[in-house]
Amino acid sequence: MTTVEDPPKTPFVGQPMKRREDAALLTGEGKYVDDIQVAGQLWMGMVRSTFAHARISAIDASTAEDMEGVVAVYTGVQLAAMELWIAPLPCAWPVTDDMVNPEHYPAATDEVHHLGEIVAVVLAETRYQAADAAEMVDVEYDPLPVVASIDDAVAGEKLAHSGHDTNKSYHWPLIPDPDALDAAFEGAAHTIEADFVQQRLIPAAMEPRGVLAVPAPHGGDVTLYSATQVPHILKVMAAATTGIPESKIRVVAPSVGGGFGAKLNVNPDEILAISLAQKLGRPIRWTETRSEAAGSTHQGRAQQQKIELAADADGKLLGCRVHIDADMGAYMMLITPGVPLLGSFLYTGVYAVPAFGFTCDGYFTNLTPTDAYRGAGRPEASYAIERAMDILANEVGLSPVEIRRRNYLAGGDHFENLDVPSTLTFDSGHYAPTLDRALEMSDYDALKDEQQRRRDAGEQKQLGIGLCTYVEICGLAPSRALGGLNYSAGGWEHATVRLLPTGKAEVVTGSTPHGQGHETSWAQIVSDKLGIDPADVEVLHSDTAISPLGLDTYGSRSLSVGGVAVSMACEKVVEKAKLIVAHQMEANPDDLTFEGGTFSVAGSPDKTVTIQEIAFGAFTAHDLPDGMEPNLQEQVTFDPPNFAFPFGTHVAVVEIDEGTGGVQLLDYIAVDDCGNQVNPMIVEGQLHGGIVQGVAQALWECASYDDEGICLNPSFLDYLVPSAVEVPSFKLDSTVTPSTSNPLGVKGVGEAGTIGSAAAVINAVCDALSPYGVTDMEMPATPQRVWRAIRDGKAAQA
Amino acid sequence: MEITLTVNGRSYTRDVEPRTLLAHFLRDDLGLTGTNIGCDTSSCGACTIHIDGQSVKSCTALAVQANGRDLTTIEGMAEMPGVGDGELHPMQEAFRECHGLQCGYCTPGMVMAATSFLNENPKPSESEVRIGLEGNLCRCTGYHNIVRAVMTASGQEVSS
Repeated sequence: MTTVEDPPKTPFVGQPMKRREDAALLTGEGKYVDDIQVAGQLWMGMVRSTFAHARISAIDASTAEDMEGVVAVYTGVQLAAMELWIAPLPCAWPVTDDMVNPEHYPAATDEVHHLGEIVAVVLAETRYQAADAAEMVDVEYDPLPVVASIDDAVAGEKLAHSGHDTNKSYHWPLIPDPDALDAAFEGAAHTIEADFVQQRLIPAAMEPRGVLAVPAPHGGDVTLYSATQVPHILKVMAAATTGIPESKIRVVAPSVGGGFGAKLNVNPDEILAISLAQKLGRPIRWTETRSEAAGSTHQGRAQQQKIELAADADGKLLGCRVHIDADMGAYMMLITPGVPLLGSFLYTGVYAVPAFGFTCDGYFTNLTPTDAYRGAGRPEASYAIERAMDILANEVGLSPVEIRRRNYLAGGDHFENLDVPSTLTFDSGHYAPTLDRALEMSDYDALKDEQQRRRDAGEQKQLGIGLCTYVEICGLAPSRALGGLNYSAGGWEHATVRLLPTGKAEVVTGSTPHGQGHETSWAQIVSDKLGIDPADVEVLHSDTAISPLGLDTYGSRSLSVGGVAVSMACEKVVEKAKLIVAHQMEANPDDLTFEGGTFSVAGSPDKTVTIQEIAFGAFTAHDLPDGMEPNLQEQVTFDPPNFAFPFGTHVAVVEIDEGTGGVQLLDYIAVDDCGNQVNPMIVEGQLHGGIVQGVAQALWECASYDDEGICLNPSFLDYLVPSAVEVPSFKLDSTVTPSTSNPLGVKGVGEAGTIGSAAAVINAVCDALSPYGVTDMEMPATPQRVWRAIRDGKAAQA
Repeated sequence: MEITLTVNGRSYTRDVEPRTLLAHFLRDDLGLTGTNIGCDTSSCGACTIHIDGQSVKSCTALAVQANGRDLTTIEGMAEMPGVGDGELHPMQEAFRECHGLQCGYCTPGMVMAATSFLNENPKPSESEVRIGLEGNLCRCTGYHNIVRAVMTASGQEVSS
């Protein structure tokens, strides 16, 4: 770690502690939803639309109903008549008051709007029987015109929803000062304009989604096990959707095999399982197949961007104007319309831009709904500004390094609580050191020399070097800020810390890990705060019966909101313990010190007591101060005063084979700053995975649909999730600029890698191809696209 | 039809539908749920086990094809010969040491594939490790720490 500012020195926080989660996961003891079997369970098989847009004319379930093991088949119409729900599936982010939001129910009744939409369900005794019977339900469709792309949606000749007269859902503007924005462009020495496509991506967490709803024998209670990132939100929304009282619903997210945003939703299968289980009195389960997921789990990105920059003669930015058309897919799911807004504030990136304007139009298509995918709006924003900065550098005649240096906020120096034109206040930043270090680690000048050598020699394999300095917005979120954006929930997080009579600490967190290692990191925080061994700390989570309050894990929020809540609850425990010690030792609380888990009295070094001993005294309550409640248990609900803004500089080095158009990522250097680090090992792991997901967008992944809205690559045979062969090992370093948004000075790192990497890679590809006049490359940069760009470039030069 | 096979040193005789996938047999019939299923096209490798010491994607095989064979799943790794009770297999330990797992879903398959790979190539280069694990997908780690783990398990020095 390159330490720009000294991080706090503590026994556990800041150490690369091995994860306590690993033993179970390494031995097959981790229990994912599909691993949990219960007596009497029925398997739910989904009958899904094979058309992207059609009217259902007839459903014949008679063959399926007679098959072995089949208990029932319900069409969408029958499900609707069973009163399984009292409201449509929820959209929690109606971004404008006049947003068009077609009703979305767990199963279609008359018209289907995307491939894979549920039209009927089968209940059967086994996994195979359910799948077999679902195949035998005969559905007849009358096809309707298909809105198969954003271009189709904008053109408006075909309508994604027959009941609505437009494909447009909303228009959302963020133009703080329109006159200043126009003036910035009018007088500018340099202006550039660029259009970028953020292709549709399939999130592809390794564990497919799955649900198991188990009704209690009596009383109407039901437990829903779901592969979800958001058990708390799901519980509230399941109650609101089904009408089952919230007090009767328990949601458990057991081991969850990755999420990346794709498990941040309230899905048709979840509502069907919980309602049918309660109605029928039998456990109901469903496990997604990978190929099914393209129609059953939301997708990400799917935006078309236009960005304009204005700069003075020296390349100093004067204005930034952005418009995006965003593909909502067929329906608004939990936060579908808000995803582009999460990026809206970041289109000026790490730069001082006096004037800014952003508009977004949301459109419906007949494709799988979109929603959060790792970064959710911010990778798109970061990509646009960082690609545009390279284009501007070319226009002005500066290097990619110099254009960035000239425009960094605060001149690249350290700052705190800085207002930016997109109406936000950045908590802290210090951008130049990340660039300096990344250039040093990559040996940037030597790379440029090697690039020139290969060009001069006319070699077939050319080198490209790409830069990106990103900033992102995480730590979601100050509740008031969310209210200002029309979001229907808060952004706080809850923690309870109790010291049990045996001296063990029990920590209840509303954060919901699915691979991030929260149990380890939270134990590190608690061990430091309470001065106890990490082995004495138990972290409980992801079960609404154990952790009733929480807002879950997404938006790189867990540490900077949930972890901070844990830390603050520990401080309250220590404060209460101190009052007990003062009472029992007949000392003034102000004379007590607390260090390493032990209270001592100033001037009486032999008078000490550990907080674990005090826990027993608080439990027996034999000798507490008058009026004090027994037990050492404190809770905190932390609502952050501001977001957190991690940043960093990434350098991608690619080699392009001019004969094939193949792009090989040779080297990748990343210097990131996520504020103070609790566990640097986990931080680096998050960056590794995040970087590869951004690289994958740049080079390989794209959910392809034909003109009829049929997904051409729903399985892992065709959808190119990278393997170990496609990527190199990474060179990482970090700087530490503490956040001012929370007392731990932490930011977030779950999405940072993804937010920085796509732009760095495409900047590298364009850098390699610049001798051919290539200035842009659409993602993914497939060999075909690259080869054609080279061919066309050569032809133009001939 | 009836099959008899050995899994993690224990013999099982079961009546199975001929079409039952081995992965589903292990999970649903024997309750060995450590073998995960991440796709339906034999692409991701989460279901990798050993049959007679060789790594096999158990979603690609039928249960009946395992009749008479000797299988090891992730549940059997920590008890492999030469390893004391309760201790992780060196490959599992290397994954823990190197932070080679996050959500853990691909991990059983990765560990099984990597163990089989090292049996064939005990001192691989990093590049050989990457090629050797090409059939196993991970969405969390970016493979960086998985490669380090396999190199560590092979007893070789690794860079950070």
